[in-house]
Parts: sequence; structure tokens; C-alpha cells
Amino acid sequence: MSLTRQDVEKIAHLARLSISAEELPAYVSALSSIVNFVDDLSRVPTADVAPLAHPLDGQHQRLRADAVAETDNREKYQANAPSVAAGLYVVPRVIE
Amino acid sequence: MLHNLSIGELAERLNSRQISSVELTRHFLSRIDRFGPALNALITLTAEHALADAAAADLRRVRGERGQLLGIPLIHKDIFCTDGVRTSCGSRMLDNFIAPYDATVVTRLKAAGVVMLGKANMDEFAMGSSNETSYYGPVKNPWNLKKVPGGSSGGSAAAAAARLAPLTTGTDTGGSIRQPAALTGVTGVKPTYGRVSRYGMIAFASSLDQAGVFARSVADAAPALQAMAGFDPRDSTSVDAPVPDYTAALAQPLKGLKIGLLREFFEGLEARNAALIHDALKVYRSLGAQTKEVSLPHLPASVPTYYVVAPAECSSNLSRFDGVRYGYRCENPQDLMDLYKRSRGEGFGAEVKRRIMTGTYVLSAGYFDAYYLKAQRVRRLIVDDFRAAFTQVDLLIGPTTPTPAFDIGAKIDDPVTMYLNDIYTIGANLAGLPGLSLPCGFVDGLPMGLQLIGPHFSEDRLLCAGHRYQLATDWHTRAPQGYE
Repeated sequence: MSLTRQDVEKIAHLARLSISAEELPAYVSALSSIVNFVDDLSRVPTADVAPLAHPLDGQHQRLRADAVAETDNREKYQANAPSVAAGLYVVPRVIE
Repeated sequence: MLHNLSIGELAERLNSRQISSVELTRHFLSRIDRFGPALNALITLTAEHALADAAAADLRRVRGERGQLLGIPLIHKDIFCTDGVRTSCGSRMLDNFIAPYDATVVTRLKAAGVVMLGKANMDEFAMGSSNETSYYGPVKNPWNLKKVPGGSSGGSAAAAAARLAPLTTGTDTGGSIRQPAALTGVTGVKPTYGRVSRYGMIAFASSLDQAGVFARSVADAAPALQAMAGFDPRDSTSVDAPVPDYTAALAQPLKGLKIGLLREFFEGLEARNAALIHDALKVYRSLGAQTKEVSLPHLPASVPTYYVVAPAECSSNLSRFDGVRYGYRCENPQDLMDLYKRSRGEGFGAEVKRRIMTGTYVLSAGYFDAYYLKAQRVRRLIVDDFRAAFTQVDLLIGPTTPTPAFDIGAKIDDPVTMYLNDIYTIGANLAGLPGLSLPCGFVDGLPMGLQLIGPHFSEDRLLCAGHRYQLATDWHTRAPQGYE
């Protein structure tokens, strides 16, 4: 199954990835090739088979007490931020 | 030569004060200096940290400590967060990222006394089978510098093979420890899903990722796995089950072990590769194991299944890289959308973008059922096949890779051709099973690997079987020319 330019542009937008006009054909070709490859799965009979999300049986999400367990390390963690002010992350204006 | 000694032998010399950890560390640092650049195996060298760690280990030894890993040098795959040290995940996206904490794997190995020499090169965000997608350039195979070392833990494998450190860590999501171990002639261990904590290990595909280790022998890998394994409350998928004594397990007898040859692994396998596996089976029979053929009929579907599940999970995991809180940010973003798109478009390489987009596609409205849910159903069939096989045999055997190392640049333009390198390794990831790759011979002068796969939490049995093979053969002792 081949993807079109528009398909790939839409996917790139959903994934928040900038793809230039020059790069686009290579991605269209690569993604079509990959989708073609995984289309093989449609030939495997799976009626009445439940989807499997976790490889080990019987594993559940553990719960813990609603109590503070971590320390505040904001300054340390924000040391990697491109732009912070007063403990807040600075980005281009969102609301006009 | 120090770099050819086993961990046991190194521990003996350290304990009898023939050598200090500082001297041992200097020895490996000078090897890295000498061989590192040509191999491009490391992204970050931490020489000063290493000497400080080594001095600390020497002090612990003076105070009476005697752990197997105390003062042993090690290189971490650059996917593990290391406090205060750059953790790039092989990507421009994290080129400027100084990890603010240690991964659990790092903490545990540090507690055991290892000396971290640096961070190993890897395929970007662990996506690749050749270590050619790294932002920092490809890693070379020490057996032939024109060949790939495999991936994604190519730097870790090459470093272990070149004897730049006795131990290196890696991760395995679709084969990324076992495949490079096979292509570089070292031993690689991928534990059961949930055996080793993923806390602080940069996530690629959360239902598949597992941390593991490279060493030149199973006997050396065992203490490292021991230190790494065990329940971690910080990893919600960590399994709370006791960890056996892996070193003690190596001494268990092999007699009566039932080994299954996977029929599907041998279909289409080149004669010379098949011959090496059959030679290994002769060794196992001579050690008292029984062999029989088993079939996993859905196994051929494992590669397409993986290439739906893994990209889907990666598209979700990599959505955190948005140029806002850490990592690469594009210059002069016009608005928030531009910030996201160009930070990600410029920060990620082509293979990562391909996988994110594949994942986005298979999860999108209208395609979710046909692709993602379908893949999860096929995944269950594959898991069921393995479960059925393990009612007949104790372990499964087969090749780790279809061929020895290929040329750098040979497959990088066609993603699907590259993906088929994982054909023997992916099944174990989908089923969460532990797997081991052992050197088992050479084809065209290049190493080949033998893979053993066991049921969940059978690492002790797996390591024992691997160790017994290494006591009866010497493939694992061969060094690439120039690195002896």
C-alpha cells in the first residue's frame, strides 16, 4: 500500500515533525515501503485472539500510598532547559 | 595482558594488591586513547570521574570489601542517565543534555564498585541494527573497520570486543544487545522483561526495552547481571521476584537439558551459518543435552509485528522531546507549533523520524485496529507459540543473525532490508524472554553468534548452558587482530 505526499504531510503534522519539500519524497517512499511490509500482518488469522499489551501474564500496575516520596529538585532539573524564568519554562507566546 | 584477563582473574590481582584499581583504570583509559577514535565507540569519555571512582574502589578494598565487581572498569551505553554526565542517546536532540540523576542500572553497578570509563556510542534513540544512525557517526567493527558492529548497542559491543573495558552495558528492544554481540564476537545477555529496572533508561518501546550486558564470557557477565537485576519500585514494570545467584548457577550440571532447534530459524539460513549452529549442537550433545526440533509457526510474523508495535510505542515515548523543558531547541521559533516541529525535525535523525511517523500512522484514527490492535493480537500468538515450545524443551537454540557483519553503508538506504537483520532476535523481545548470544565461530573471518532463548526468569539456566559451552569451546577467547 502506497502512501501519498498528503498522507505523509498529515502524519508529520500529527507527529509535530518539520519535513522539508526536498526531504518529503524520501519519506513517502520509505514509509510506503514500511507500511507495505507490515501489511503482511493482515494475512495472519487472529479471530478470537485478544490483543496483548504486556509480555508477562498477570502483571498489574502497582499502586502506592498517596504520600510524598520525591524531593523538590526543580533547579537541578531546569538546568537543562533552553529557557526558564522564575521556575517557569519560557516558550513563544501561545495565546494572542 | 590485563585487558585479556577475566573478571575473576582481575579480582584476584586486585585483592592480592598486585594491581590497584587506579592502575587498572589507567590501562583501559590508555587503550581507549589508542583505539577509541578509530572505532568511534565512545561518545563521552569520563577519565577524571573514572580515576576518582577507581581511587574510591581502592579505598573500599583497603577497608575490607571484596565484591566481584569492585574496581572493575565499565562503559555504559549512552542511553542510561548518568548524573552530571552528558547522556545523549546518540542524538542531536540530547547532545546538550546533562543527566540530573543516575539510572537504577548505573546506581546498582556503582554500588557494586564499577569504575565508569565513559558512555558508549549507539544508534540514535536505540533505533537501528548497525550503529550507523548515531548523530556522532558510525561505530566500526574491530574485526574489520569497514564493517558495522551491529546495533543499536554497537559502541558497547565494539568496546567489549576491542578490550576497551571488561564490561559494557547495553539495551535490547529488538536484538540490540544480542545482534551486535554476535557481529563482534562477544557474549551479550538480554534478561527477561521486568528483570532489570528501566528507571533512568531513555525509553524507546516500553513493552520491549530491557537493559543487559556485554562481556567476553558468560562467567564475566554473570556478576554484572547479578548487580543489575532485581525489583525497583521506581519502574512500574519491574517484577518483584527474587534474583538467583547467577555465578553459583554456572556450576549446575547440564545433563538432561532439552534444547529445541527452531525449525523456522533454519529455513533459508545460509549453509555455512547453519553448519556453525550444528557444530554447537554437537558440543551440547557431548555435554549430555538432548536436542529436538520444535516449531513456532507464527515466528515469521515477528518482524512485521515488531515494526508496528515498536514504532507505535516510540512515537509516544519520543513525544516528550518538544524543545520546551530539555534537549534541542530550534533557533528563532515563530510560534509554539514551529518550536515543536523544527526542534523535533532538526533534533531527530531520519530513522527516528521514520519510526515516529510509522508509529503515528499505525495509531491514527482509521488505522489503529488494522495495524496496532492487529499487531497486538499476532504478538499474543507468538507468545503462545513460545509457551508451547517450552513445554517440550528447556531452551531454544538458533543463530543470532542471518549473516556476519555487513559493510558500513550497505543497508542504510533501505529500512526494510535493515529491519530483516533482527529476524532471529525479535521474537524474544515480543515475548519478553531472556536471550543470550555467544561467539560460535567465524564466516569469512568475521564472528558469528549462537543464540539461546529461555522461558521467563530462566537466566540462571541460560547462563549455565552458555558457560558450559564456553568451557568446551574457545570461540569466545578470540580477539580481533591488533586488539589482543
